Amino acid sequence: MKSKKLSEVAVGHSCVIDSYTDDEIKLKLMEMGCLPGEVIRIERLAPLGDPIAIEVAGYTLTVRKSEAQTVLINTID
Amino acid sequence: MSERKIKVALIGNPNSGKSTLFNSLTGLNQKVANFPGVTVEKHVGNFTYSDVMLGVNYNIELTDLPGTYSIYPKTLDEQIPFRVLIDKKDESHPDKVIVIADATNLKRSLFLCSQIIDLKIPVVLVLNMMDMVKEQGINIDIQKLQNALGVFVIPCVARKGEGIEDIRNAVVNNHDMLQNDFIDSRSFAPLVTDSIKYILNIDNNYTAFQIANNFEKVDLSFISNEKKKEIGKIIYQGHFTSSSMQAAETLERYKVISLLMKSCVTHKNDRQQKSFTSRLDNILTHKVWGYAIFLTILFLIFQAIFTFAQVPMDIIDGAFASLSDAVKNALPAGEINDLIVNGVLAGLGGIVIFVPQIAMLFLFIAILEDTGYMARVSFIMDKLMRKFGLNGRSVIPLISGVACAVPAILATRTIQSWKERLITIFVTPLMSCSARLPVYTLLISIVIPRDYAFGFLSMQAMVMMAMYLIGFFAAIGSALLMKWFVKARERDFFIMELPVYRSPRWKNILQTIIEKVKIFLFDAGKVIIAISVVLWFLASHGTGDSFKSTDKKLHINETNGLLTEQEVNELEAQRLEASYAGKMGKLLEPAIAPLGFDWKIGIALITSFAAREVFVGTMSTIYSVGKDNEDTATIRDKMLTEKTEVGTPRYSLATGWSLMLFYAFAMQCMSTLAVVKRETNSWKWPLLQFAYMSGLAYLSSFIVFNLLK
Repeated sequence: MKSKKLSEVAVGHSCVIDSYTDDEIKLKLMEMGCLPGEVIRIERLAPLGDPIAIEVAGYTLTVRKSEAQTVLINTID
Repeated sequence: MSERKIKVALIGNPNSGKSTLFNSLTGLNQKVANFPGVTVEKHVGNFTYSDVMLGVNYNIELTDLPGTYSIYPKTLDEQIPFRVLIDKKDESHPDKVIVIADATNLKRSLFLCSQIIDLKIPVVLVLNMMDMVKEQGINIDIQKLQNALGVFVIPCVARKGEGIEDIRNAVVNNHDMLQNDFIDSRSFAPLVTDSIKYILNIDNNYTAFQIANNFEKVDLSFISNEKKKEIGKIIYQGHFTSSSMQAAETLERYKVISLLMKSCVTHKNDRQQKSFTSRLDNILTHKVWGYAIFLTILFLIFQAIFTFAQVPMDIIDGAFASLSDAVKNALPAGEINDLIVNGVLAGLGGIVIFVPQIAMLFLFIAILEDTGYMARVSFIMDKLMRKFGLNGRSVIPLISGVACAVPAILATRTIQSWKERLITIFVTPLMSCSARLPVYTLLISIVIPRDYAFGFLSMQAMVMMAMYLIGFFAAIGSALLMKWFVKARERDFFIMELPVYRSPRWKNILQTIIEKVKIFLFDAGKVIIAISVVLWFLASHGTGDSFKSTDKKLHINETNGLLTEQEVNELEAQRLEASYAGKMGKLLEPAIAPLGFDWKIGIALITSFAAREVFVGTMSTIYSVGKDNEDTATIRDKMLTEKTEVGTPRYSLATGWSLMLFYAFAMQCMSTLAVVKRETNSWKWPLLQFAYMSGLAYLSSFIVFNLLK
């Protein structure tokens, strides 16, 4: 297990939320169910590479790359 | 039977089926207004419920609150649920709250529900989409959930109308439910919570905790300044940091929710339903197909607005023409007749004519929204649009602007960030709308030769396309400029749910269309008629002998009809020249002469303010072709032979381009200004827009005229 940013995870891979570096994004995402310990799967990238669609807690969410950079994750393979 | 009134609020996550439930509960018995002080739509509806056993007739007023994931406000819109629920004196503060939850996504929905439970406002929890839950092999133990939460839990399928009667029943049911504390909200900051409760004389822990958390971020105008000072002191002294408190609360709530889910919800098999959405997304967000399909859909919308809407528009046009004639002949000739026919009816006709286009545009937008496709459009366009200070959701309004800026601006409501929405509203009128088309057509036929480049590329068609491109680049460029000047009211996120695809709910779509048409007719309509009457007055009244004598001759002719058509046309031209509008045109001449315009064009510029296409009609009157004769060829011939004082053609290439650019950029549309005023809730933005666009028009006309002269 190695700590990385959510923006660095490749499409189709899953990871576990570790912590956040931005308070506002943290609160917004946590309210929507993205809690530390929750599994995230990178579903797809927008055609221009940004934003990202992620699957979490049974539904799909979009985040911009800049927002994903503030989410620290642990990879699982 | 005794009567009882209950105020109920409806709240839920976006995409939880909230509007469907609202429509099912209230039917057509609803009205739309704005929440005080903000441009957030407030939908209020009514329904009644008779309890025969108790002999009570309940009258329920239902307020639909904006969709949200939490009562902590992140955007300006989300401050509404917060204010309505926290401030007991707010006019919409409910006696009961219906929380609608997407039962296939229960965990997230319970988060919002638990917050309202802790505010101690009686809650009815509605579990929507129970059919999907069964399909996915999920089993929810309703009774257990009801006991654990201590509130009524009603399963329903809103789009099929199942469970609606049970919800009505639960709303009026006074059976005491426990509604226990979901979490201990005092525990996070006992001292601060207790002090705020004491200062404000309230007994709810969570209300006090919410006030502490939002103290610096939200306008708490319902608390007096004196008490605010005290609260501020306590928050400071208690080292209360909102972000960590909120995070702690969120974690605690989800901890309890997880336990609840374990005991009440069982999954039979792993969910399969997402695969359909996922497969569709493979195509709809594809590098090539995604954009190709989007362009095709856009083309279809265009086609509909330009061609299909033309039929009802022609009917409306014809109907108003015959109505005008009928009124003109039925009423005695004179001032009042003229006012009604050329002032009020002309203005009214100018409004109603837009209805087919607005209805058509919103039919498509509502379908795209309702099916979930719109979220994908934002997803694939966001990166591109962001470069210009816009947002993925700005695409549809911008493109609809080519048909008409009015429905386009109404369509910006789907943009959540205020800054991005404002920029979109500001630049959309620069897109070349259909009202500019007749102006371009006339001017191009005058100043651009019928030549072909390389033997096949029509010069006239290329100039026409250039005009559309100029409009587009002006819009994009202005957006870029605005990006630096407009301050964001809130931080901009693109954290958005990509909902699963669903078939459209036609009732909701119909409701949306009716609503948008109503807003346009009644809100913008008032301003448009007023300006139309003013313009009529300016063009048909005047002082001085010249005006009076021509006016008199025309009036005599109305009764005896001795003059020939040619003579009437010439008299009307003279009268227009002598009218207030004519005087204003002459007054304007020194200012517009550097652009190559004379006073005749000045009159057209003034009357064009009603709508740009009026240019052609005004030109017809000025060149005494006759008002009813809007045949372009005749006016063109007249304008082609028009000479300046020094004998050169008035409509030279320089003047032609100058005039076209002026029409491309200038804000000559009172309907648009009226809608911008309504959507931004102030005169500041329409006036700024007017100044900016007029300045841009003047400057570019000046430059191009002097370059080509």
